[in-house]
Formats: sequence, structure tokens, C-alpha cells
Amino acid sequence: MFDKLGMYLQFPFVRYALIVGVLIAICSSLLGVTLVLKRFSFIGDGLSHVAFGAMAIAAVLNLTNEMLLVLPITVISAVLLLRTGQNARIKSDAAIAMISVGALAFGYLIMNLFSTSSNLSGDVCSTLFGSTSILTLNQKEVWLCVGLSIAVVVIFILFYNKIFAVTFDENFSKATGTNANGYNLLIAIIIAVIIVLAMNLVGSLLISALVIFPALSAMRLFRNFKSVTICSAVLSVICAFSGIIISILAGTPVGSTIVAVDVIAFAVCYVAGIISGGVRK
Amino acid sequence: MALLTIQNLSLGYDSRAIVKNLNFSVNTGDYLCIVGENGSGKTTHMKTLLHLQEPVSGQILIGDGLKKNEIGYLPQQTIVQKDFPASVREIVLSGCQGRCGLRPFYSKEEKHLAEENMERMGIKELRNRCYRELSGGQQQRVLLARALCATRKVLLLDEPVSGLDPKVTAEMYALINDLNHEGITVIMISHDIAAAVRYASHILHIGNAVFYGTRNEYLESDAGKFFLMQQKGGEA
Ligand SMILES: Nc1ncnc2c1ncn2[C@@H]1O[C@H](COP(=O)(O)OP(=O)(O)O)[C@@H](O)[C@H]1O
Ligand SMILES: [Mg+2]
Repeated sequence: MFDKLGMYLQFPFVRYALIVGVLIAICSSLLGVTLVLKRFSFIGDGLSHVAFGAMAIAAVLNLTNEMLLVLPITVISAVLLLRTGQNARIKSDAAIAMISVGALAFGYLIMNLFSTSSNLSGDVCSTLFGSTSILTLNQKEVWLCVGLSIAVVVIFILFYNKIFAVTFDENFSKATGTNANGYNLLIAIIIAVIIVLAMNLVGSLLISALVIFPALSAMRLFRNFKSVTICSAVLSVICAFSGIIISILAGTPVGSTIVAVDVIAFAVCYVAGIISGGVRK
Repeated sequence: MALLTIQNLSLGYDSRAIVKNLNFSVNTGDYLCIVGENGSGKTTHMKTLLHLQEPVSGQILIGDGLKKNEIGYLPQQTIVQKDFPASVREIVLSGCQGRCGLRPFYSKEEKHLAEENMERMGIKELRNRCYRELSGGQQQRVLLARALCATRKVLLLDEPVSGLDPKVTAEMYALINDLNHEGITVIMISHDIAAAVRYASHILHIGNAVFYGTRNEYLESDAGKFFLMQQKGGEA
């Protein structure tokens, strides 16, 4: 088995996949805690569908670098969604559902009408579930992904304390002179970037899983923000790494395999949380 | 000019006014107590002062060069997400956020300040505990410590002693009084009218009748007499 793995690792595309997979896993888990706690997890879902729509347009326009279109559209949507979320809490759910389902439908429609590809359902499937695209990355995409990932991690570390303050108690932050709206905007933009990045790895349908599962698992084990954040990043990396290896060895689809590993990790953490909680009491 | 000048202020929700035509000013060093029945709009008033919600009409003018990051605030209710993983220390330290500005990390002095305020509120042993696993009174003390971290000129407190036992309540009042003597302006919402008339320099009564004046004026006024009597009756 290790021989087989060694052989695969000689292929650059396998190495690229592992690098990109690990980076995306770190990024997506970092903000997961905030998203879950702010009840923004549905935004991740909505945005991934927007990104899917944008991807479809990019594919039809035959853009060589899809990211140039997908990234700005997703960022703008994130900002807009967050705006409506602030103004009217109840309406925002409906707005997100509208945008996300609409984008999904239009994306599929556009692909159907204009696509020149002979294997349409295969294309759609891989955009939704990311079945192969991570194994077809070229060097340029890898570098873009590395750059964006580093930017996300650095920004997250620099703004960690502010993100915590705004997530824990937005009103207190606003009242005492922290620019809560500004940081909410920042959070939205980072989320958008992460989602676009993660589309390559697991496809747009499974992104929410990648963002939310490590955070939920870590919250089972730890009771303070810093430990939860670090733990979810570590868990996410382990799951993504082993998921990619398993999928290569077993020939399963990458995205679904990673998410399946994440689910198993959550189950383990859930049980561990119950046991350690029982011991503590 | 006064620290805060409230002009013809009406406040409420969705442009429906609960309290109308408030006019008063708060000077640096004042100790203002806001009293009134449940649901009379005290919390709403404080939120409006903090610009957490828009006034229905009227103005709040800020003087004496007061900046937002010099204000400490204790909310009446902090709705914390059920599963929020946050330790006591992390929360108290987040009170220093306003002092940081754009600086990403807390300085040594700020960490020290957080320790000091945890000590003051007697929650030092709880520092690594998870906030949501604490009792109501303990949580209140954590949020008070956070408010103290944020306070540099003004401290706004919405029912600070609710959920505290008598001993801590007495310590709390003494602490707020000390802060006031150090020059911190205090605006406090209180149910405890006896404490309000003992410590406050000014009283704002919100309710059917609105009253604003010094402590002594309040004791002489009809609203004050009635309210004091009512509370005594309620306690007996
Ligand atoms: N978010 C809200 N939307 C509409 N009305 C509200 C809201 N919050 C409070 N109220 C109403 O405003 C009135 C004043 O509430 P509040 O300021 O909390 O009173 P107090 O703090 O004096 O007990 C109450 O009648 C309450 O029902
Ligand atoms: Mg109230």
C-alpha cells in the first residue's frame, strides 16, 4: 500500500492536490467557529451556490482563469447577503434561499444551453461535488491558492481578537468603539474567498460541510475560543489529508471522501466529548 | 459643554415612541441613576444613548471630547449562543478591544488590566472556566469585569446588581462609588431605589411621569415620594 502511495506521490498533480487540500482545510476551518456561532453557516451554503453560478458563466465564456470572475462575484454577494442580514434578520433567510437557489438554477441552465462539452452531466457533477477538479490543478492555480490561503491565515491571525469580540457580543463591541460593521464585512469577504478556494476541493455542495464540521467537532472537545479554533484547524487538516490519500488509494471521489472523514471525526469527537464531560462532572 | 446633552429625545421601536421629550444633560463626574417601572423604557434609553438604536426623534450631543472607545457598558441581557466556547479570561480581555484600535494584539498593560478587574470582581479562580457553564451571578461578574476594562471616562450599567448576592451587591456599589470618585461618569439603571438615592448625584425617573433632577430634588418630588413609598410597600 505504501509502495502504491509512494508511486502516486511522484505525480505532481497528486502533490498539488495534497498541498492545496491542506491549505484549504486550514482556511475553511478557521472561520467555521465564527460562522457557526453567528448563525452564518447558511451564508456559506448560499455563497457556494452563487459561486457555482459564476463558475457556469465562466465556463460558458471560456475564460482561462475562472477565478477572476468567480471571486469578485462571490465577494460582492457575500457583502450584499451580510447587509440584508443586518437590516432584517428574518428576511435574510429568504434572501439567501432566493439567491442561492436562483444561482444554482441559472448556473445549470446556462451550462445546459451553451455548453460545448459532450459530457455535461459530468461537468455539472464535478462542479457540484468537486469530483476531479482538485486532481487537475495546474501550477498557476496552485500558486494562486497558496497566495490566497496565506492571506486568509495572516488576516485571520491579525484580526483574531477583534473577530472574537465581535462574534461574542456585537452590541458591546459597537457600544465601546469597535468597528463591528467593518469587521463583519471583513468576515464576509474572507468567507467568500474561502468558499471560492474550497470549490476546487470539494465542489460547491459540500463546502458547508468542510466549513462547519471541524468547528462543531472541536466545540465538542474544548470550551474556549482559542483551543476550539486551533483544534478545528488541526482536525480539518488531518481529515482533508487522510481523505485525499484514501480517495487516491481507493479511487473514490475526493470531495465526498473528505466530507465522509469529517463526519466520522465529528462522531468520534461527539463520543469523546460525552465521555470527558462525564469524567469532569 | 456637558458630556452628554439630550435634546427633545423620544425613543422607542419602529418609530413608535415609548418615552417622549427627554431633556437633560450629564456632566463629567456625575452619577446618574435611571429608575422606573419594568418596561418603562430604561434599557431602550441606554441603548439609544449608546447609538445601538436610532432615536425616534431628537438629538444626543456629545461633548468634552468623549470618544466611543472610552465607554464601558454592561448590557442587561447578553444573549450568548448556547454553545459558545469562551473562557472567562477571553471575555474579560475582550473589554480592552476598544483601547486597541487597529493594533492586532493586546498589550501587556491591557492583559494586566484584565487580571486586575477579574481580581476586583472575585472571579480570578474562574479565569479558565467556560462562560456558559457559570451561574447567573458569576456571569454577571464576568460582564462587569469586561465593562470595567472598557471604561476610561464613562460607565453605563444596566441593572448591574441583578443576580448578585447581598455581599457582592454591597461591594459592587462601593466599587462603582469609588470609580465615580476617581472621576468616572456613571450612568446606571437600577431597580434598587434605596441604593439609587444613597449614591446617585442625579436621578432620571422614566414612567408615566418623567422626572430629572438632583437626588435631593427627587426626594422632594411627587414622583420620587410615590415611588419610594411604593417600593417600601413592596418590600414589606
Ligand atoms: N426589540 C423590541 N421591539 C419592540 N419593542 C420592544 C423591544 N424591546 C423592548 N420593547 C418594548 O419597549 C418597552 C421598554 O422596554 P425596556 O426598555 O426593556 O424597559 P425597561 O428596561 O425599563 O424594563 C417595553 O414595553 C418592551 O415591550
Ligand atoms: Mg431593562
